[in-house]
Amino acid sequence: MGKREYMPGPVVRKTGQLYDNPKKDVEKIRLTIDGREVEADKGMSVLEAARGVGIEIPSLCYLRHINETGSCRVCLVEVEVKGARTLQASCVYPATAGLVVHTSSPRVRRVRKTMVELLLSDHHRECTTCIRNLNCELQNTADSLGIRNIKWTGEMKALQVQNENPYIVRDYNKCIKCRRCEAICSKVQEINVYSAINRNYDTVIAPAFMQDLSQVACIACGQCVIACPTASLTEKECIDSVWEALEDPDKYVVVQTAPSIQVTLGEEFGFPAGTAVTGKLAAALRRLGFDKVFATDFTADLAVLEEAHELLERLGGRGKLPLLTSCCPGWVKFAEHFYPDCLENLSTCKSPHEMFGALTKTYFAGKEGIDPEKIVVVAIMPCTAKKFEAARPEMGTGDFKDVDWVLTTRELARMLRQADIPFHDLPEEEYNTPMGTASGAGVLFGSTGGVLEAAVRTAYYLVSGQEVDLPDYEELRGFSGLKEADVHLKDRIIKVAIAHGTGNARVLLDRLRSGEPFDFVEIMACPGGCVGGGGQPIYGSRWRKEISLDYRHNRADALDRIDASKALRRSHENPDVQKIYKEFLGSPLGEVSRNLLHTYYTPRGKLPGFHFGGIKGSHEGHVEENIPPHDNQSMPRPEIAPKV
Amino acid sequence: MKIKSIEDIEKIKERHLPLIKQRLGYRNGLGLTQIMVCSGTACSSSESREVRLELEQELERKGLQDRARVFKTGCFGFCQYGPIVMIHPGEIFYCQVRPEDVQELVEKHLVGGQVLERLLYQNDSTKERTPSIEDIHFFKAQRRIVLRNCGVINPEKIGEYIARDGYFALADVLLHKNRDEIIEIIKKSGLRGRGGAGFPTGKKWELAAAQDLRPKYVVCNADEGDPGAFMDRSILEGDPHSILEAMTIAGYCIGANQGYIYVRAEYPIAVERLELAIGQAREAGLLGKGLFGTAFDFDIGFRFGAGAFVCGEETALLHSIIGQRGEPRPRPPYPAQEGLWGKPTLINNVETYANITVILRDGWEWYEGQGTATSKGSKVFSLAGKIHNTGLIEVPMGTSLRTIIFDIGGGIPGGKRFKAVQTGGPSGGCIPSKYLDLPIDYESLKEIGSMMGSGGMIVMDEEDCMVDIARFYLEFSQDESCGRCTPCRVGTKRLLEILIRITEGHGEMEDLEMLEELSYDIRDASLCGLGQSAPNPVLSTLRYFKDEYIAHVRDKHCPAGVCKALLEYTVDEEKCIACGLCARTCAAQAITGAPKQPYRIDPEKCTRCAACVAKCPKKAIQKGIKKDVGNYGKTGIYAGPGGTEDRATL
Repeated sequence: MGKREYMPGPVVRKTGQLYDNPKKDVEKIRLTIDGREVEADKGMSVLEAARGVGIEIPSLCYLRHINETGSCRVCLVEVEVKGARTLQASCVYPATAGLVVHTSSPRVRRVRKTMVELLLSDHHRECTTCIRNLNCELQNTADSLGIRNIKWTGEMKALQVQNENPYIVRDYNKCIKCRRCEAICSKVQEINVYSAINRNYDTVIAPAFMQDLSQVACIACGQCVIACPTASLTEKECIDSVWEALEDPDKYVVVQTAPSIQVTLGEEFGFPAGTAVTGKLAAALRRLGFDKVFATDFTADLAVLEEAHELLERLGGRGKLPLLTSCCPGWVKFAEHFYPDCLENLSTCKSPHEMFGALTKTYFAGKEGIDPEKIVVVAIMPCTAKKFEAARPEMGTGDFKDVDWVLTTRELARMLRQADIPFHDLPEEEYNTPMGTASGAGVLFGSTGGVLEAAVRTAYYLVSGQEVDLPDYEELRGFSGLKEADVHLKDRIIKVAIAHGTGNARVLLDRLRSGEPFDFVEIMACPGGCVGGGGQPIYGSRWRKEISLDYRHNRADALDRIDASKALRRSHENPDVQKIYKEFLGSPLGEVSRNLLHTYYTPRGKLPGFHFGGIKGSHEGHVEENIPPHDNQSMPRPEIAPKV
Repeated sequence: MKIKSIEDIEKIKERHLPLIKQRLGYRNGLGLTQIMVCSGTACSSSESREVRLELEQELERKGLQDRARVFKTGCFGFCQYGPIVMIHPGEIFYCQVRPEDVQELVEKHLVGGQVLERLLYQNDSTKERTPSIEDIHFFKAQRRIVLRNCGVINPEKIGEYIARDGYFALADVLLHKNRDEIIEIIKKSGLRGRGGAGFPTGKKWELAAAQDLRPKYVVCNADEGDPGAFMDRSILEGDPHSILEAMTIAGYCIGANQGYIYVRAEYPIAVERLELAIGQAREAGLLGKGLFGTAFDFDIGFRFGAGAFVCGEETALLHSIIGQRGEPRPRPPYPAQEGLWGKPTLINNVETYANITVILRDGWEWYEGQGTATSKGSKVFSLAGKIHNTGLIEVPMGTSLRTIIFDIGGGIPGGKRFKAVQTGGPSGGCIPSKYLDLPIDYESLKEIGSMMGSGGMIVMDEEDCMVDIARFYLEFSQDESCGRCTPCRVGTKRLLEILIRITEGHGEMEDLEMLEELSYDIRDASLCGLGQSAPNPVLSTLRYFKDEYIAHVRDKHCPAGVCKALLEYTVDEEKCIACGLCARTCAAQAITGAPKQPYRIDPEKCTRCAACVAKCPKKAIQKGIKKDVGNYGKTGIYAGPGGTEDRATL
């Protein structure tokens, strides 16, 4: 490890706010909130200042640093300023020295209640049967304001629920137009799927022309789902199908958990963010009735070996440089939509969970003597894009889909609740072997920088035959939007870069396009990597914590701790990985692994669902529809009819 | 020729001055008859263009083209009597001139040297015809400051504007004054924003000038959206250069080099004139690089609004200019701090800009002497509704409503009683007759629950239902809500639903309290001015016309006879002669009958259009309050299978 060069200012600043919380020395100001003189940083909003000193102001549309627009008008406060007649939205009103604020005057409480009542008057209130029941910000706010009946009633929209894609369901009838989805999609991810359509009461926040997400360049990352305060955006559930498989005596159901699940599932059961519940997770899955409980971390190790060899191959002149990682399906879809020219740089490795599925139905089935047709592979993933990935037609071996069902962390938590499994009281159990063993490197896949770090650890070994001094790589971790470093691989220095959040990815890819010489680049679609994935527990409302993205740090730190605690810390040291090469695969990039563990990519265009003069998609290359068929003939149009 | 100095514009002024002087009433022996034809939107829609072309042809046919010339000019304001043709010398004011009248007009006036009596304005009460503009009541109480050039100059000629001292203020500012001086003058003049809220203009300029960020921008808000308001349009059509000049001065004062005019695409004539004016100004070196030989550059571009009312809100307008969805954002930061592309931006309304050059030419002392203690200068209003002289007027601040409506506006037609006047458009309120003598300015209007707004004035008489009026305005506000904030998007919808309930006869007494409560909450909570003022029509009508609401709710009766669901048309059996005219007129085929039998109206089918009432020779069809009547009752009305319950909604 030699000289490291880190991101110069501008790029990090672009979205750096989101990931970094630098402790800067800021000027302090004093203001009066509810009769208390309090201190706040200069430049803070009244809401931040109040929350900073423990005064809670309810809010709905506010998402710190991402959506600060003052739209929902729930965080209204009274400010004593000359000429201020109306109430002010505290999330956007600057806290200034000497300002006098009342956050809970009778007038404020009355108007705030009216605002939430108005939102509820156009919200399909099916709380008891809603997927976000007990974890809904709107519900919580209504409850804390003591709304017992809704005075303002009237026409209620009844628009068609859009669920034609395999990953995200859009229910317009539960949308409160807070626009957090729009903000996170356009400002953080820079995909710009959502925007406001129509005016007045007919306003909807939707993809262009209210198309289904499968018809637009959505990367399925699910950040909008995490941002949504209600159940207007949710993952497409497939719990019932998994139950069905579990209940079928003919099926052999194998489950795999992604590395990050062990540090996030606990949150659903009241553990603080960043608690590793690995043992309980294994126990819980066994209680649900899965026949084998495996870890995707195992195939992560495998993927590291494949990818490290691929890197060395490309460094040796065969194939295009830089090598771009391919384990994040959101990022892969992003590249297919927006950077089709980079597809050749993408590693041909399938993502670890697909590798896992392929090996389960071949290697494992053969080893255990089970008919692969009877095997059902369920993947517990932090991700909605994995649902899309599993549905890709190329992700299969022979007649079998690699992975049959993908459950998000949230869905798993729901299953556990449905089965009344007392998560807190579960014993710590071990994963099954052989495909449950993982090195620390495999665990690192769960957060940004992990894939690259794991691959570099192995590549270093492969080149030099020596083990690398591990702590040296810590600089590749951390939540800067973009990280760069020079890594010594024996006689050669390779330039590596890491981006997470597709907004940052764009910056990096544009630099690649302009010809900057990178050798190895890791990109994760979600801010923070899988720990911030779109399928992770939705933080903030169940315990009414401040809505921000900071919890991702805690989760990532937990993964780092697991890595540090492991005896095995390099993928190539994983004995079961070594075994599988010996018994089944032969060598990395060998013929068997080429067949089972590698894939190809398809340019999708920026407007996949739109037809221009008979040619589908945009001008950017041929577009193939890889998602399940749906009615393309008539554009899906929501029907507007009053709800009875 | 590029203008570089005051001498250059003096020369242009001299060249055009004789024409202008004659139009202002000087008998300067010009030897030319000038025929001014109004070419504003209102007159154009009643074929003033055809009149103008016909005049030109007729002059040629008669061989008079050397002795007489036809000019386009801006709005006289007397739109009710358009197309207007004014002939100088003599200032003979002809009204409602049709293309067919042209031949006679030329023959009599130009060839015969006599006034064509038939086309002169006729006073309704005295039946007298008056040839001179001074004798017309409509113009007597007006004082035209902003509209000084409308009807005087040809807006398509920069020279005529210069002859009216145009661009002299700019020259003076650029060559002799520094920017702080100008801002100080504007501040001292007491000019306040004419867009509605009345923010002191000088303060705004000062704030924008104080910003360090570069570049800065100057924006003109010409997105006039109030229903029935058209003063900005008339200024742009009649005097476009005054806006360009004022924007350039503003740019000099705050340190901007680029201006944008955000104008509605529905104002094609205004856009055309502006384009022409900008072209002429650039050609003359009055826009572009190095104005008047100084180092100051300024240019002006266009952005077209697609007609969204909310884009008149300054932050929404700025979003629209940079190509985003027209939605407001919270302030602070104000546009003067963070506007177009995040840069300091000065944004003023058309009418505000139109005051600038006057203040600089005539001095702030003079301007400050006009109007009331808090509101200086004049205000342009557009009169509409139940009023004799609809059109555009300009009066000093502090003029009473009575003067405007009864002296200038000529009162209510048909001898009807005045009920209320609505000012400020959808954001304003309805003012009852007890405030007719109130001198109006920003503060007094606000006090009585309305606002100045952009200056629309809609007069209502006894046949207008105030609940229905409130419903109309709220429908407008709800429809134009951008959909961003909750109170405006959902709140106005709920408010509207309550009003619809009341006008359809389903209202309850508690609805009135709910209306008031929700109105106050929307006002307190909304993000921008549109939402904050949207409940004003409801609150003001509730305040002054509560009895009408109560009549709708308690008695299910619309006193003005407007709310259709509460009406019923019946045939008086005694009077009906069974001629069948009503049945033939009825588009809904709601009237049936047989010879020698009284006809019947089926209330199920009846759309309350009242076409039959107008047609009936015996006045046998009456409008009445809907009553509970059984099937085929005494009055011969078929109540329908659902009885009266279902019929309330049409």
